[in-house]
Amino acid sequence: MADVTAIHAADVLIIGAGPAGIAAACIAAETGASVVVIDENPRPGGQIWRHISRHTLPGQAKYWLHRLDKSRARVHTGTSVVDITRGNAHFAIRTAGIVETVLLAKTVILATGARELFLPFPGWTLPGITGVGGGQALLKSGTPMAGKRVIIAGSGPLLLPVAAAFAAAGAHVSHILEQAPGHRVTRFALGLWRSPMRGVHAVIYRSKTMGSRYRTGTWVTAAEGQDRVRAAIITDGRRTWTERCDMLCVGYGLIPQLEIAQIAECDTAFGRVVADAQMSTTVAGIFAAGESSGVAGITSALVEGEIAARSALQHVRRSSLHEHATADAAESVATAAPNALSRRARREAAFAARMNEAFELRAELRQVPQPKTIVCRCEDVVLGDIARCESMREARLHTRAGMGPCQGRVCGPALELLFNWSALPARVPAVPAPVSTFLSNTSA
Amino acid sequence: MSDVEIRVDGRSVRVETGATVAAALLGDETFAFRTSISGQPRGPLCGMGTCFECRVTINGMPHRRACMTVVATGMEIVTRG
Repeated sequence: MADVTAIHAADVLIIGAGPAGIAAACIAAETGASVVVIDENPRPGGQIWRHISRHTLPGQAKYWLHRLDKSRARVHTGTSVVDITRGNAHFAIRTAGIVETVLLAKTVILATGARELFLPFPGWTLPGITGVGGGQALLKSGTPMAGKRVIIAGSGPLLLPVAAAFAAAGAHVSHILEQAPGHRVTRFALGLWRSPMRGVHAVIYRSKTMGSRYRTGTWVTAAEGQDRVRAAIITDGRRTWTERCDMLCVGYGLIPQLEIAQIAECDTAFGRVVADAQMSTTVAGIFAAGESSGVAGITSALVEGEIAARSALQHVRRSSLHEHATADAAESVATAAPNALSRRARREAAFAARMNEAFELRAELRQVPQPKTIVCRCEDVVLGDIARCESMREARLHTRAGMGPCQGRVCGPALELLFNWSALPARVPAVPAPVSTFLSNTSA
Repeated sequence: MSDVEIRVDGRSVRVETGATVAAALLGDETFAFRTSISGQPRGPLCGMGTCFECRVTINGMPHRRACMTVVATGMEIVTRG
Protein backbone atom coordinates (compact mmCIF):
# COMPACT_ATOMS: atom_id res chain seq x y z
CA MET A 1 0.00 0.00 0.00
CA ALA A 2 2.99 2.24 0.50
CA ASP A 3 3.43 4.94 -2.05
CA VAL A 4 6.67 6.74 -2.66
CA THR A 5 6.02 10.43 -2.23
CA ALA A 6 7.95 13.47 -3.26
CA ILE A 7 11.01 14.39 -1.28
CA HIS A 8 10.55 17.01 1.39
CA ALA A 9 13.17 19.07 3.14
CA ALA A 10 12.06 20.42 6.49
CA ASP A 11 13.45 22.89 9.00
CA VAL A 12 12.28 20.66 11.83
CA LEU A 13 11.31 17.00 11.61
CA ILE A 14 9.57 15.65 14.69
CA ILE A 15 9.38 11.94 15.43
CA GLY A 16 6.32 11.20 17.52
CA ALA A 17 2.97 13.01 17.73
CA GLY A 18 2.27 12.73 21.44
CA PRO A 19 2.09 15.83 23.66
CA ALA A 20 5.83 16.61 23.34
CA GLY A 21 5.83 16.25 19.55
CA ILE A 22 2.61 18.22 19.15
CA ALA A 23 3.83 21.10 21.34
CA ALA A 24 7.13 21.18 19.45
CA ALA A 25 5.32 21.11 16.08
CA CYS A 26 2.98 23.97 17.01
CA ILE A 27 5.70 26.21 18.41
CA ALA A 28 7.98 25.63 15.42
CA ALA A 29 5.35 25.77 12.66
CA GLU A 30 3.70 28.91 14.04
CA THR A 31 6.95 30.83 13.37
CA GLY A 32 6.72 29.95 9.70
CA ALA A 33 9.34 27.20 9.83
CA SER A 34 8.60 24.10 7.74
CA VAL A 35 7.72 21.25 10.06
CA VAL A 36 7.05 17.56 9.43
CA VAL A 37 5.70 15.23 12.11
CA ILE A 38 5.87 11.44 11.79
CA ASP A 39 3.89 9.02 13.91
CA GLU A 40 3.19 5.30 13.64
CA ASN A 41 -0.31 5.54 15.00
CA PRO A 42 -3.48 6.15 13.01
CA ARG A 43 -4.01 9.57 14.66
CA PRO A 44 -1.90 12.16 16.46
CA GLY A 45 -2.15 12.30 20.25
CA GLY A 46 0.31 9.67 21.42
CA GLN A 47 -0.71 7.16 24.05
CA ILE A 48 -2.18 9.61 26.53
CA TRP A 49 -4.45 11.29 23.98
CA ARG A 50 -5.25 8.14 21.99
CA HIS A 51 -8.82 8.45 20.74
CA ILE A 52 -11.44 7.43 18.23
CA SER A 53 -13.44 10.62 18.49
CA ARG A 54 -11.99 13.91 19.68
CA HIS A 55 -15.03 14.96 21.68
CA THR A 56 -14.23 12.26 24.25
CA LEU A 57 -10.86 13.91 24.96
CA PRO A 58 -10.01 16.29 27.80
CA GLY A 59 -9.89 20.02 26.99
CA GLN A 60 -6.09 20.17 27.01
CA ALA A 61 -5.92 17.46 24.33
CA LYS A 62 -8.56 19.17 22.18
CA TYR A 63 -6.68 22.44 22.50
CA TRP A 64 -3.34 21.02 21.32
CA LEU A 65 -4.80 18.85 18.54
CA HIS A 66 -6.77 21.83 17.23
CA ARG A 67 -3.65 24.00 17.43
CA LEU A 68 -1.73 21.33 15.51
CA ASP A 69 -4.45 21.25 12.82
CA LYS A 70 -4.27 25.02 12.45
CA SER A 71 -0.48 25.10 12.33
CA ARG A 72 1.12 24.41 8.98
CA ALA A 73 2.97 21.36 10.29
CA ARG A 74 2.60 18.36 7.96
CA VAL A 75 1.61 15.30 9.96
CA HIS A 76 2.27 11.82 8.53
CA THR A 77 0.43 9.21 10.58
CA GLY A 78 0.66 5.44 10.03
CA THR A 79 4.32 6.01 9.22
CA SER A 80 7.38 4.59 11.00
CA VAL A 81 10.96 5.82 11.01
CA VAL A 82 13.28 2.95 10.10
CA ASP A 83 16.60 4.77 9.77
CA ILE A 84 18.17 8.16 10.36
CA THR A 85 21.55 9.23 8.99
CA ARG A 86 23.53 12.46 9.12
CA GLY A 87 24.66 14.15 5.92
CA ASN A 88 26.67 17.34 5.49
CA ALA A 89 23.80 19.76 5.85
CA HIS A 90 20.84 17.54 6.55
CA PHE A 91 19.58 14.50 8.32
CA ALA A 92 18.02 11.82 6.11
CA ILE A 93 15.10 10.03 7.69
CA ARG A 94 13.91 6.84 6.00
CA THR A 95 10.28 5.97 6.61
CA ALA A 96 8.00 3.00 6.06
CA GLY A 97 4.24 2.64 6.14
CA ILE A 98 1.73 5.03 4.59
CA VAL A 99 4.52 7.44 3.64
CA GLU A 100 7.47 5.44 2.34
CA THR A 101 10.29 7.77 1.41
CA VAL A 102 13.44 9.51 2.57
CA LEU A 103 12.76 12.85 4.25
CA LEU A 104 15.43 15.50 4.66
CA ALA A 105 15.53 17.79 7.66
CA LYS A 106 17.86 20.41 9.10
CA THR A 107 16.97 19.45 12.65
CA VAL A 108 15.25 16.50 14.28
CA ILE A 109 13.26 16.39 17.51
CA LEU A 110 12.96 12.95 19.07
CA ALA A 111 9.58 12.75 20.77
CA THR A 112 9.36 8.98 20.68
CA GLY A 113 7.73 8.61 24.08
CA ALA A 114 7.75 5.64 26.38
CA ARG A 115 6.48 2.10 26.43
CA GLU A 116 5.56 -0.24 29.25
CA LEU A 117 7.97 -2.37 31.17
CA PHE A 118 6.77 -5.97 31.13
CA LEU A 119 8.08 -8.65 33.46
CA PRO A 120 7.40 -12.27 32.52
CA PHE A 121 5.36 -14.58 34.74
CA PRO A 122 4.08 -18.12 34.14
CA GLY A 123 1.05 -17.91 31.83
CA TRP A 124 1.61 -14.29 30.79
CA THR A 125 1.40 -15.16 27.10
CA LEU A 126 -2.29 -16.14 27.41
CA PRO A 127 -4.68 -14.02 25.32
CA GLY A 128 -6.60 -11.61 27.55
CA ILE A 129 -3.43 -10.56 29.39
CA THR A 130 -2.25 -7.09 28.40
CA GLY A 131 -0.17 -4.33 29.87
CA VAL A 132 -1.82 -1.66 32.00
CA GLY A 133 -1.18 1.00 29.41
CA GLY A 134 -1.86 -1.76 26.87
CA GLY A 135 -5.33 -2.34 28.28
CA GLN A 136 -5.98 1.37 28.28
CA ALA A 137 -4.81 1.69 24.67
CA LEU A 138 -7.16 -1.10 23.59
CA LEU A 139 -10.00 0.53 25.52
CA LYS A 140 -9.30 3.89 23.88
CA SER A 141 -9.19 2.14 20.49
CA GLY A 142 -12.80 1.02 20.84
CA THR A 143 -12.65 -2.33 22.66
CA PRO A 144 -15.94 -2.97 24.49
CA MET A 145 -15.23 -3.74 28.16
CA ALA A 146 -18.76 -3.81 29.62
CA GLY A 147 -19.32 -6.70 32.02
CA LYS A 148 -15.71 -7.87 31.89
CA ARG A 149 -14.08 -8.87 35.14
CA VAL A 150 -10.70 -7.14 35.13
CA ILE A 151 -7.65 -7.26 37.40
CA ILE A 152 -5.14 -4.41 37.10
CA ALA A 153 -1.70 -5.07 38.54
CA GLY A 154 1.93 -4.05 38.41
CA SER A 155 3.25 -0.71 39.54
CA GLY A 156 3.07 3.02 39.17
CA PRO A 157 0.65 5.91 39.06
CA LEU A 158 -0.96 4.57 35.87
CA LEU A 159 -2.84 1.81 37.70
CA LEU A 160 -5.55 4.00 39.23
CA PRO A 161 -6.53 6.09 36.19
CA VAL A 162 -6.61 2.95 34.02
CA ALA A 163 -8.81 1.21 36.59
CA ALA A 164 -11.09 4.24 36.57
CA ALA A 165 -11.29 4.18 32.77
CA PHE A 166 -12.21 0.48 32.77
CA ALA A 167 -14.86 1.06 35.43
CA ALA A 168 -16.31 3.98 33.46
CA ALA A 169 -16.53 1.66 30.42
CA GLY A 170 -18.65 -0.77 32.42
CA ALA A 171 -15.99 -3.30 33.41
CA HIS A 172 -15.89 -4.72 36.92
CA VAL A 173 -12.37 -3.99 38.15
CA SER A 174 -12.18 -6.50 40.97
CA HIS A 175 -8.61 -5.77 42.08
CA ILE A 176 -5.96 -3.09 41.69
CA LEU A 177 -2.64 -4.55 42.82
CA GLU A 178 0.39 -2.32 43.39
CA GLN A 179 3.69 -4.11 44.07
CA ALA A 180 5.21 -1.17 45.98
CA PRO A 181 4.72 -1.23 49.76
CA GLY A 182 1.87 0.85 51.16
CA HIS A 183 4.02 3.30 53.10
CA ARG A 184 5.91 4.34 49.97
CA VAL A 185 2.74 4.81 47.96
CA THR A 186 1.20 6.86 50.77
CA ARG A 187 4.25 9.08 51.04
CA PHE A 188 4.17 9.65 47.29
CA ALA A 189 0.42 10.39 47.34
CA LEU A 190 0.89 12.90 50.17
CA GLY A 191 3.55 14.63 48.09
CA LEU A 192 0.91 15.27 45.44
CA TRP A 193 -0.31 18.30 47.42
CA ARG A 194 2.52 20.19 45.74
CA SER A 195 0.48 19.96 42.57
CA PRO A 196 -3.22 20.52 43.35
CA MET A 197 -4.36 19.12 39.99
CA ARG A 198 -2.61 15.84 40.53
CA GLY A 199 -4.02 15.50 44.04
CA VAL A 200 -7.57 16.03 42.88
CA HIS A 201 -7.16 13.58 40.04
CA ALA A 202 -5.74 10.92 42.32
CA VAL A 203 -8.73 11.19 44.64
CA ILE A 204 -11.28 11.14 41.84
CA TYR A 205 -9.70 8.11 40.24
CA ARG A 206 -9.65 6.33 43.54
CA SER A 207 -13.30 7.00 44.36
CA LYS A 208 -14.52 6.12 40.88
CA THR A 209 -13.08 2.68 41.24
CA MET A 210 -14.77 1.99 44.56
CA GLY A 211 -15.91 -1.56 44.48
CA SER A 212 -12.37 -2.53 43.55
CA ARG A 213 -9.89 -3.78 46.08
CA TYR A 214 -6.79 -1.59 46.03
CA ARG A 215 -3.90 -3.46 47.60
CA THR A 216 -0.30 -2.37 47.92
CA GLY A 217 2.60 -4.77 48.46
CA THR A 218 0.81 -7.30 46.26
CA TRP A 219 1.75 -8.76 42.89
CA VAL A 220 0.78 -11.38 40.29
CA THR A 221 2.90 -14.56 40.24
CA ALA A 222 1.08 -16.54 37.51
CA ALA A 223 -1.95 -16.68 35.26
CA GLU A 224 -4.17 -19.65 34.46
CA GLY A 225 -6.35 -20.55 31.47
CA GLN A 226 -6.35 -22.67 28.32
CA ASP A 227 -6.89 -20.48 25.25
CA ARG A 228 -7.40 -17.29 27.27
CA VAL A 229 -6.80 -16.05 30.78
CA ARG A 230 -9.31 -17.22 33.40
CA ALA A 231 -7.55 -16.44 36.70
CA ALA A 232 -4.57 -14.72 38.28
CA ILE A 233 -2.43 -16.13 41.08
CA ILE A 234 -1.64 -13.34 43.52
CA THR A 235 0.67 -12.96 46.51
CA ASP A 236 1.48 -10.39 49.15
CA GLY A 237 4.64 -12.29 50.11
CA ARG A 238 2.95 -14.16 52.95
CA ARG A 239 -0.20 -15.57 51.40
CA THR A 240 -0.89 -16.72 47.81
CA TRP A 241 -4.37 -16.97 46.35
CA THR A 242 -6.34 -17.17 43.07
CA GLU A 243 -8.72 -14.59 41.62
CA ARG A 244 -10.96 -15.19 38.62
CA CYS A 245 -10.77 -12.69 35.72
CA ASP A 246 -11.65 -12.21 32.04
CA MET A 247 -8.84 -9.78 31.50
CA LEU A 248 -5.58 -9.25 33.37
CA CYS A 249 -3.58 -6.07 32.87
CA VAL A 250 -0.02 -6.11 34.23
CA GLY A 251 2.59 -3.41 33.66
CA TYR A 252 5.54 -2.21 35.71
CA GLY A 253 5.71 1.42 34.72
CA LEU A 254 7.02 3.24 31.68
CA ILE A 255 10.44 3.17 30.03
CA PRO A 256 11.75 5.64 27.44
CA GLN A 257 11.89 4.45 23.82
CA LEU A 258 15.52 4.84 22.77
CA GLU A 259 15.68 2.96 19.47
CA ILE A 260 15.57 5.95 17.10
CA ALA A 261 17.97 7.93 19.30
CA GLN A 262 20.44 5.03 19.26
CA ILE A 263 20.23 4.65 15.50
CA ALA A 264 20.88 8.41 15.23
CA GLU A 265 23.94 7.88 17.47
CA CYS A 266 22.67 10.09 20.28
CA ASP A 267 24.11 9.13 23.67
CA THR A 268 21.81 7.42 26.13
CA ALA A 269 22.40 6.91 29.85
CA PHE A 270 20.34 5.43 32.65
CA GLY A 271 17.80 4.30 30.06
CA ARG A 272 17.18 7.81 28.76
CA VAL A 273 18.28 9.96 25.85
CA VAL A 274 20.93 12.33 27.19
CA ALA A 275 19.70 15.91 26.76
CA ASP A 276 20.76 19.23 28.31
CA ALA A 277 18.49 21.99 29.64
CA GLN A 278 17.93 23.18 26.06
CA MET A 279 16.89 19.61 25.13
CA SER A 280 19.96 19.23 22.87
CA THR A 281 21.15 15.65 22.54
CA THR A 282 24.82 14.79 22.06
CA VAL A 283 24.33 15.00 18.28
CA ALA A 284 24.25 18.60 17.03
CA GLY A 285 20.89 19.33 15.42
CA ILE A 286 19.03 16.54 17.17
CA PHE A 287 16.87 17.41 20.16
CA ALA A 288 14.78 15.30 22.51
CA ALA A 289 11.50 16.04 24.22
CA GLY A 290 9.05 14.18 26.41
CA GLU A 291 9.36 10.70 27.87
CA SER A 292 12.27 9.62 25.65
CA SER A 293 14.56 11.83 27.75
CA GLY A 294 13.04 10.66 31.05
CA VAL A 295 9.52 9.63 32.03
CA ALA A 296 8.01 12.65 33.79
CA GLY A 297 4.44 12.95 32.52
CA ILE A 298 2.40 15.20 30.29
CA THR A 299 3.20 18.62 31.78
CA SER A 300 6.88 17.95 31.42
CA ALA A 301 6.39 16.64 27.87
CA LEU A 302 4.60 19.82 26.76
CA VAL A 303 7.27 22.06 28.31
CA GLU A 304 10.13 20.05 26.84
CA GLY A 305 8.44 20.05 23.42
CA GLU A 306 8.34 23.83 23.59
CA ILE A 307 11.99 24.09 24.66
CA ALA A 308 13.12 21.62 21.99
CA ALA A 309 11.28 23.56 19.28
CA ARG A 310 12.92 26.84 20.31
CA SER A 311 16.35 25.20 20.39
CA ALA A 312 15.79 23.57 17.00
CA LEU A 313 14.77 26.91 15.46
CA GLN A 314 17.86 28.53 16.91
CA HIS A 315 19.98 25.78 15.37
CA VAL A 316 18.31 26.30 11.98
CA ARG A 317 18.96 30.03 12.24
CA ARG A 318 22.63 29.51 13.06
CA SER A 319 23.27 26.99 10.32
CA SER A 320 21.32 28.60 7.49
CA LEU A 321 21.62 32.36 7.69
CA HIS A 322 20.49 32.74 4.10
CA GLU A 323 16.95 31.70 4.79
CA HIS A 324 15.75 35.06 6.02
CA ALA A 325 12.13 34.36 6.81
CA THR A 326 12.96 31.40 9.02
CA ALA A 327 15.90 33.17 10.60
CA ASP A 328 13.82 36.19 11.62
CA ALA A 329 11.12 34.01 13.07
CA ALA A 330 13.61 31.86 14.90
CA GLU A 331 15.33 34.92 16.33
CA SER A 332 12.14 36.32 17.80
CA VAL A 333 11.27 32.98 19.36
CA ALA A 334 14.77 32.18 20.54
CA THR A 335 15.31 35.50 22.27
CA ALA A 336 12.04 34.91 24.09
CA ALA A 337 13.18 31.46 25.25
CA PRO A 338 12.28 31.91 28.90
CA ASN A 339 14.03 30.64 31.98
CA ALA A 340 10.57 29.87 33.33
CA LEU A 341 10.42 26.91 30.94
CA SER A 342 13.62 25.46 32.37
CA ARG A 343 12.36 25.99 35.91
CA ARG A 344 9.13 24.15 35.07
CA ALA A 345 11.12 21.36 33.46
CA ARG A 346 13.29 21.00 36.57
CA ARG A 347 10.23 20.88 38.83
CA GLU A 348 8.68 18.16 36.68
CA ALA A 349 11.94 16.18 36.74
CA ALA A 350 11.91 16.31 40.54
CA PHE A 351 8.39 14.92 40.51
CA ALA A 352 9.57 12.08 38.26
CA ALA A 353 12.41 11.29 40.67
CA ARG A 354 9.98 11.02 43.61
CA MET A 355 7.76 8.78 41.50
CA ASN A 356 10.62 6.42 40.62
CA GLU A 357 11.62 6.12 44.25
CA ALA A 358 8.06 5.38 45.41
CA PHE A 359 7.45 2.68 42.82
CA GLU A 360 10.87 1.00 42.88
CA LEU A 361 10.46 -2.65 41.85
CA ARG A 362 10.79 -5.22 44.64
CA ALA A 363 13.44 -7.94 44.41
CA GLU A 364 10.82 -10.73 44.64
CA LEU A 365 9.66 -9.89 41.10
CA ARG A 366 12.88 -11.43 39.78
CA GLN A 367 11.85 -14.78 41.27
CA VAL A 368 8.46 -14.79 39.52
CA PRO A 369 9.42 -16.24 36.10
CA GLN A 370 10.21 -19.97 36.13
CA PRO A 371 12.65 -21.94 33.91
CA LYS A 372 9.80 -22.86 31.52
CA THR A 373 8.33 -19.36 31.39
CA ILE A 374 8.53 -17.83 27.91
CA VAL A 375 10.49 -14.59 28.06
CA CYS A 376 10.95 -13.77 24.35
CA ARG A 377 7.39 -13.93 23.01
CA CYS A 378 8.39 -13.49 19.38
CA GLU A 379 10.69 -16.53 19.28
CA ASP A 380 9.15 -18.43 22.24
CA VAL A 381 12.43 -18.63 24.19
CA VAL A 382 12.10 -19.77 27.81
CA LEU A 383 13.93 -18.35 30.81
CA GLY A 384 15.84 -21.60 31.46
CA ASP A 385 17.57 -21.39 28.06
CA ILE A 386 18.36 -17.70 28.42
CA ALA A 387 19.71 -18.20 31.96
CA ARG A 388 22.55 -20.33 30.55
CA CYS A 389 23.88 -17.29 28.69
CA GLU A 390 26.20 -14.62 30.06
CA SER A 391 24.94 -11.54 28.23
CA MET A 392 22.18 -10.12 26.07
CA ARG A 393 24.36 -10.61 23.00
CA GLU A 394 25.02 -14.26 23.80
CA ALA A 395 21.32 -14.85 24.52
CA ARG A 396 20.47 -13.30 21.18
CA LEU A 397 22.98 -15.44 19.27
CA HIS A 398 22.38 -18.73 21.08
CA THR A 399 18.65 -18.66 21.80
CA ARG A 400 17.26 -16.08 19.33
CA ALA A 401 15.82 -14.12 22.27
CA GLY A 402 15.17 -10.61 21.00
CA MET A 403 15.54 -11.58 17.34
CA GLY A 404 11.83 -11.51 16.45
CA PRO A 405 9.74 -8.69 14.99
CA CYS A 406 9.62 -6.68 18.25
CA GLN A 407 13.45 -6.70 18.20
CA GLY A 408 13.73 -7.22 21.92
CA ARG A 409 11.52 -4.29 22.89
CA VAL A 410 9.54 -6.56 25.25
CA CYS A 411 12.11 -9.11 26.50
CA GLY A 412 15.17 -6.80 26.44
CA PRO A 413 14.15 -4.53 29.34
CA ALA A 414 12.90 -7.59 31.28
CA LEU A 415 16.28 -9.30 30.87
CA GLU A 416 18.11 -6.13 31.91
CA LEU A 417 16.18 -6.31 35.16
CA LEU A 418 16.28 -10.08 35.69
CA PHE A 419 19.99 -10.58 34.98
CA ASN A 420 21.46 -7.06 35.25
CA TRP A 421 22.50 -7.38 31.62
CA SER A 422 23.15 -4.24 29.65
CA ALA A 423 20.91 -3.54 26.72
CA LEU A 424 21.99 -3.94 23.11
CA PRO A 425 21.62 -0.78 21.04
CA ALA A 426 18.89 -0.78 18.39
CA ARG A 427 19.75 -1.59 14.80
CA VAL A 428 18.38 -0.55 11.41
CA PRO A 429 15.56 -0.99 10.50
CA ALA A 430 14.05 0.37 13.71
CA VAL A 431 10.87 -1.54 12.89
CA PRO A 432 10.42 -4.46 10.47
CA ALA A 433 10.12 -2.96 7.00
CA PRO A 434 9.73 -4.39 3.49
CA VAL A 435 12.76 -4.39 1.18
CA SER A 436 11.00 -1.77 -0.96
CA THR A 437 11.53 0.71 1.87
CA PHE A 438 15.25 0.63 1.21
CA LEU A 439 14.90 1.09 -2.52
CA SER A 440 13.20 4.48 -2.34
CA ASN A 441 15.82 7.17 -2.54
CA THR A 442 16.52 10.83 -2.43
CA SER A 443 18.13 12.93 -5.13
CA ALA A 444 19.64 15.38 -2.64
CA MET B 1 -22.41 6.55 16.30
CA SER B 2 -22.09 4.84 12.94
CA ASP B 3 -20.74 1.35 12.45
CA VAL B 4 -18.73 -0.34 9.74
CA GLU B 5 -18.99 -3.97 8.73
CA ILE B 6 -15.90 -6.13 8.37
CA ARG B 7 -15.33 -9.88 8.02
CA VAL B 8 -13.38 -11.84 10.63
CA ASP B 9 -12.48 -15.37 9.55
CA GLY B 10 -15.45 -15.28 7.17
CA ARG B 11 -17.96 -13.99 9.73
CA SER B 12 -19.58 -10.60 9.48
CA VAL B 13 -18.74 -8.28 12.40
CA ARG B 14 -20.07 -4.75 13.02
CA VAL B 15 -17.73 -2.35 14.75
CA GLU B 16 -17.63 1.32 15.73
CA THR B 17 -16.25 3.63 13.04
CA GLY B 18 -12.68 4.62 13.86
CA ALA B 19 -12.01 1.59 16.07
CA THR B 20 -8.93 -0.52 15.45
CA VAL B 21 -8.93 -4.07 14.12
CA ALA B 22 -7.73 -5.20 17.57
CA ALA B 23 -10.77 -3.59 19.22
CA ALA B 24 -13.04 -5.21 16.62
CA LEU B 25 -11.64 -8.70 17.27
CA LEU B 26 -11.78 -8.37 21.07
CA GLY B 27 -15.34 -7.02 20.83
CA ASP B 28 -16.18 -10.11 18.76
CA GLU B 29 -14.78 -12.30 21.60
CA THR B 30 -11.82 -13.29 19.43
CA PHE B 31 -8.89 -13.34 21.84
CA ALA B 32 -6.36 -15.44 19.93
CA PHE B 33 -5.09 -13.28 17.08
CA ARG B 34 -2.13 -15.36 15.98
CA THR B 35 -0.38 -18.66 16.67
CA SER B 36 3.14 -18.40 18.05
CA ILE B 37 6.05 -20.39 16.60
CA SER B 38 5.56 -23.05 19.29
CA GLY B 39 1.83 -23.22 18.60
CA GLN B 40 0.42 -21.06 21.39
CA PRO B 41 -2.53 -18.71 20.96
CA ARG B 42 -1.55 -15.04 21.31
CA GLY B 43 -3.40 -11.74 21.51
CA PRO B 44 -2.52 -8.07 21.98
CA LEU B 45 -0.16 -7.18 24.83
CA CYS B 46 1.02 -3.59 24.43
CA GLY B 47 -1.85 -2.11 22.42
CA MET B 48 0.52 0.45 20.87
CA GLY B 49 2.43 -1.28 18.08
CA THR B 50 5.50 -2.34 20.03
CA CYS B 51 5.07 -6.04 20.80
CA PHE B 52 3.82 -7.41 17.45
CA GLU B 53 1.65 -10.00 19.29
CA CYS B 54 -1.56 -8.83 17.59
CA ARG B 55 -0.47 -9.67 14.04
CA VAL B 56 -3.27 -10.79 11.70
CA THR B 57 -3.82 -11.00 7.95
CA ILE B 58 -5.67 -7.93 6.68
CA ASN B 59 -7.00 -7.93 3.11
CA GLY B 60 -4.53 -10.67 2.22
CA MET B 61 -1.51 -8.94 3.75
CA PRO B 62 0.03 -11.05 6.52
CA HIS B 63 1.65 -9.75 9.73
CA ARG B 64 -0.35 -6.53 10.01
CA ARG B 65 -0.56 -5.09 13.51
CA ALA B 66 -4.26 -5.17 14.46
CA CYS B 67 -3.75 -2.47 17.10
CA MET B 68 -2.32 0.00 14.57
CA THR B 69 -4.93 -0.50 11.86
CA VAL B 70 -8.29 1.28 11.79
CA VAL B 71 -11.26 -0.72 10.47
CA ALA B 72 -12.67 0.04 7.01
CA THR B 73 -15.87 -1.24 5.44
CA GLY B 74 -15.41 -4.62 3.80
CA MET B 75 -12.04 -5.31 5.44
CA GLU B 76 -11.17 -9.04 5.50
CA ILE B 77 -9.39 -10.21 8.64
CA VAL B 78 -7.89 -13.68 9.03
CA THR B 79 -6.61 -14.73 12.47
CA ARG B 80 -4.33 -17.58 13.60
CA GLY B 81 -2.25 -17.34 10.41
